[in-house]
Amino acid sequence: MYELKFNENECLSCVTCDCLTKCQYMDIDKDTARTEISKIINGEDSFVLHNCVTCYACEEYCEKGNHPFYLIVERQEELDIPPLPKPLIRRGIQTGIPFRGEPDIYEAKEPALCMGVFSDLLYLIQGKLFDGLSLISMDPRKMFHYFCQLMYLHYARTSVIKERLPKIIETIAKHNATEIVFFHDECYGTYASYAPAVGIEVPFKPVHLFEYLYNRLNELKDEIKPLNLKVAYQRPCSSRLCSDKHHFVSDIFNLIGVENVKREYVDENGLCCGGTIQGQRREGSRLRAADVQQRNIDDMVNAGTEVCVFNCPACFNTLAALVNRRGIRPVFMSDLCRLAIGEEPAGWR
Amino acid sequence: MDHVKEALAVIVGEEHVSTEPEELYIYSYDLGTTEPRRPDYAVAPRTTEEVRRIVELANQEKIPIVPLGGGLSLAGLAVPLQGGIALDLKRMDTIIEVSEKARYAVVECGVSQGQLTAYLEKNHPNLMHSEPGAPPQATIAGNVAIHGQGDLAQPYGFNSDMVNGLEVVLPTGEVCKFGSCAVGANWYTQHPLPDVGLFLGWAGTTGIITKVSLKLYPRKKIQGVGQFVVEDEELIPEIIYRITHTEAAHDVVAFSQAIPPFASGLHHITINLSADSEKELDFKMELIFDDTLGEYIRSGDGGFLGFNRGLQRPQISKTADWRKGGGFEYVGAIMPVETYPQCYRRGREISERHDIPYTVLGRVIGMSHAMMFSWTYAFNRADLETIRQAREALHETDDLALELGGTIWKPGIYGQKLVLERIDPNTLKLMKKVKQLLDPNGIMNPGNWEVS
Amino acid sequence: MTLTSYKYADTIHRCFRCGYCKFPTNWADVNNCPAYARFRMETYSCGGRLWLIRAWLSNEIEWTDHLAKIMYTCTACKNCEEKCPLRFNVDIMNMITAVKGEMVERGLIPSQVKDFLENIQRQGNPYGKARAKRGEWTEGIEIPKYKGQDFLYYVGCVGSYDTRAQETARTLGKVLTKAGVSFGVLGGEENCDGNEVNALGEETLFEMMAEENVTQFKELGVQKIVTLSPHSYNTFKNDYPLHDGNFEVFHYTQALRDLIQGERLDVSRGLNTRVAYHDPCFLGRWNGEYDAPRMILNAIPGIELVELEKNRAGALCCGGGGGNFYTDFLGGSESSPARIRAREAYDTGANILAVACPNCMTMLEDAVKAEGLEDKIDVKDISEIVVEATGIA
Repeated sequence: MYELKFNENECLSCVTCDCLTKCQYMDIDKDTARTEISKIINGEDSFVLHNCVTCYACEEYCEKGNHPFYLIVERQEELDIPPLPKPLIRRGIQTGIPFRGEPDIYEAKEPALCMGVFSDLLYLIQGKLFDGLSLISMDPRKMFHYFCQLMYLHYARTSVIKERLPKIIETIAKHNATEIVFFHDECYGTYASYAPAVGIEVPFKPVHLFEYLYNRLNELKDEIKPLNLKVAYQRPCSSRLCSDKHHFVSDIFNLIGVENVKREYVDENGLCCGGTIQGQRREGSRLRAADVQQRNIDDMVNAGTEVCVFNCPACFNTLAALVNRRGIRPVFMSDLCRLAIGEEPAGWR
Repeated sequence: MDHVKEALAVIVGEEHVSTEPEELYIYSYDLGTTEPRRPDYAVAPRTTEEVRRIVELANQEKIPIVPLGGGLSLAGLAVPLQGGIALDLKRMDTIIEVSEKARYAVVECGVSQGQLTAYLEKNHPNLMHSEPGAPPQATIAGNVAIHGQGDLAQPYGFNSDMVNGLEVVLPTGEVCKFGSCAVGANWYTQHPLPDVGLFLGWAGTTGIITKVSLKLYPRKKIQGVGQFVVEDEELIPEIIYRITHTEAAHDVVAFSQAIPPFASGLHHITINLSADSEKELDFKMELIFDDTLGEYIRSGDGGFLGFNRGLQRPQISKTADWRKGGGFEYVGAIMPVETYPQCYRRGREISERHDIPYTVLGRVIGMSHAMMFSWTYAFNRADLETIRQAREALHETDDLALELGGTIWKPGIYGQKLVLERIDPNTLKLMKKVKQLLDPNGIMNPGNWEVS
Repeated sequence: MTLTSYKYADTIHRCFRCGYCKFPTNWADVNNCPAYARFRMETYSCGGRLWLIRAWLSNEIEWTDHLAKIMYTCTACKNCEEKCPLRFNVDIMNMITAVKGEMVERGLIPSQVKDFLENIQRQGNPYGKARAKRGEWTEGIEIPKYKGQDFLYYVGCVGSYDTRAQETARTLGKVLTKAGVSFGVLGGEENCDGNEVNALGEETLFEMMAEENVTQFKELGVQKIVTLSPHSYNTFKNDYPLHDGNFEVFHYTQALRDLIQGERLDVSRGLNTRVAYHDPCFLGRWNGEYDAPRMILNAIPGIELVELEKNRAGALCCGGGGGNFYTDFLGGSESSPARIRAREAYDTGANILAVACPNCMTMLEDAVKAEGLEDKIDVKDISEIVVEATGIA
């Protein structure tokens, strides 16, 4: 079975304990951090396991790349301390079951783009930026055959991920593409971070959507007209798994002439959309999520944001209507890029 | 041309009568599993006067009349069991009056649910009606006549509880009014005058409703649906009891179904909320999801799935396509809320035994006074075996509803028999007297509620 | 033909007859299927039609004149396909056309449809008027013959032969000339585009017509086409590529919009009036173009554009499609869709009902007269409104 590649000694010898001291949702000083980390390593109960909101950020905070969040989730499962109520966990697990027949396997030429479970958003994949791409997972009825499963980190169910992921990888690999751009940031995180962390082989090279967009924009540089918009970026939890690609956000913004407004909740300090927090078992979770959303959006509004740029469809589903009600236009990054080269983006409503 | 057709053509105009095989074919069918029965005439009147004259003619000629609105009972209530006239009432589609202050609408019997919704949204945005989940072509009058329930059932009751008055053509051709309209006042109240109960739930066997005055309710600026989910069906009755106690919600529905997989073995509860301000919404959300349901969340037995703004009209007709087959039918029963767990377990077992993915749903009526519990069986119209399986499952479910201490909501022939077998003998005697008094020639939708 | 050889045998049973097909987008009434609005019997709704198709093909009912008429009252407006909530909906129009095709093949069609098709075969237009007269609409105005200019201005049968529609054909010609567009017409050498023939199910004839037109266009070096009628637009854009005809096709409202936005057409003279715009089915629901005509009207100073209650994807068809502008199965009653539409237009308080299709023009103008509203509301083509706003004589 697949085991998390976690180095106990690295952890115990860590000077900063950034994973816990930097946590935005729990107030933990260095001494407490040390104590709790030891407990977690030893498989003992710790308040951290109960109060973690599963925002993934500690994966980024840990300078040693020692996967503190993946460890927390493993312990939550082992000790039966899931952050979510049982019916939500069962619902989540059942959601991932494909039930509308087998997927259509065909040879995908390169470059290839995999939509994962977002085949419904195929309408975003249009125009010069995506010209010549071979698409994988286009059929919403079959999309769960391409589901990266990483969502189950919010459910304390790494067992489900480990059980299903190899088959998913096999299905994707059958399309015979060696380099695949992933539409969803979390898919990218699965193949670039999680799979290696637990020893699951990935026979293709994952490419980050923003890296792809940036390179493509450079190819079309002559067609870019600066947009002169004030934007805020909604950084998704999964972005913490590939923080080495986060710079593409500013790179793209600079290229297309938008101003990434100066606000508090950016980069390492970015706030989770609250989508999974609202359903958590911990007392006051619903209001906690609302508070996180309020602070995040107030921050955007106070900085004069005109457009909120989304990476992740789940963040979009959670926050788009909320930002819209505050006078900010929600848009996916790819649509913003399309606007920059003079196209009419599909989602620009 | 036969003399009856000629006479009908004189009443409604030639274009609105047909004896062509095509019309007779279509009007033979209910959309569910009921076997088709051919009418002799398909007629579409425009006015109450035309309806009156048609009824007079039918009495003279001793021809059955089967009134239909949208024809969406899915229990075969508008299938002409003994032939006769299929009376399509949908041309009578005028919205006569809406009173903003007394909150009611007077409509002709052919006005559709969708039409009233659109009309109110445009002209009276502060008012709404209790809209059933049926497709928008279902009629207001038809729904009222079968004791339907809509999305204001919790807290306001059956749609038949929302009637202020009726205009009816009796089986002997007289036109009468019930409610305040009968004394020449506005159509604002049914009480305290003699009752409209003679025409609701009788499947058109006591007369034809030609006008309805329907209660309307406040429509607030913010409308939306909150969702909650549990795994243990035994928790449902208590949860419903507590939610209804808050008096802060509208439609409360608990459902479980095999497909899509996310719903299987789980019980989702949708809770409609409305508010005129964010403050009001926040208050109701806190009251329901934190104060009332928080206990289940903390124990890990219940999950909050969020609140989505906007009321989406459910497209229940999509159920018809689950077996790529263009058909479904359901048993709707009015059950005590406490029977939800058994309704679910036993219903699931029946479905699975008939190889049909189970689909069950309970809509709360009033303050948890009852629920409409439905067991839905999809079939493939091109595969007769699936129709047979569905029919068998439906009959078993009719039996089940009564076994569990409920009543069948709008029973077809099979269900009517079961109910008649159990009904109080004196009530039965009275029913017979009523039918004989009102319909001495037995022309009104015969075959239904036949009390022998 | 039995069910097994019908192309949609696998899916024809999937209609539930739930009735969504009768409604506009906003459910304002059940009259959005033009045939159902006219007859108000379940058989005439899309669901009724589909059930009857299945019944006929599985020998539950026999073919009759009445059955054929029910099929041919379908104007191919696509409201049903648009509104049906079930997944097989993408095939609804095709299902009905396929059964019409079967009826045509077996000669089991109403006489009016037979006349329509025979007239096209003999004289190249459904009216049966002499082929030689096709170019007569150009008389009295200066309009260039097509000799390789940028655009072929394709007029179509209604624009070529119907007196009222001829006026719009000429008017549009004037507008294009004024805007300095390089275009030409085929005049007497133009042939019917075949859109209605296709909708009537005469596949073989349509194929022949399409191939002939494609050959002719290619020989003349046609690359871009601007059409008067959305019917022509639809078939050139969507069907002709399957017959090797790949042209850049525009409906004239798209061209006028571009000309106004590109400042090649000056509408600043304006027009002070209230206008309601009727979305034609073959431009709107069939091809998703709802905006170009509105942009034109909004660009003209003084015009107050009001929306009909049922608009865009919820527009009520004028009842002229599927050959019905000729066969007239839906006429003769105040419940005729065109007359309903005329009343709806009047209800908006508009002075002008603007159309962008010669079929709609003829249907709605007659309907306005039948309703006695000719002093209250004028039916005008968008090109006629533009001509007034530009001051072109």
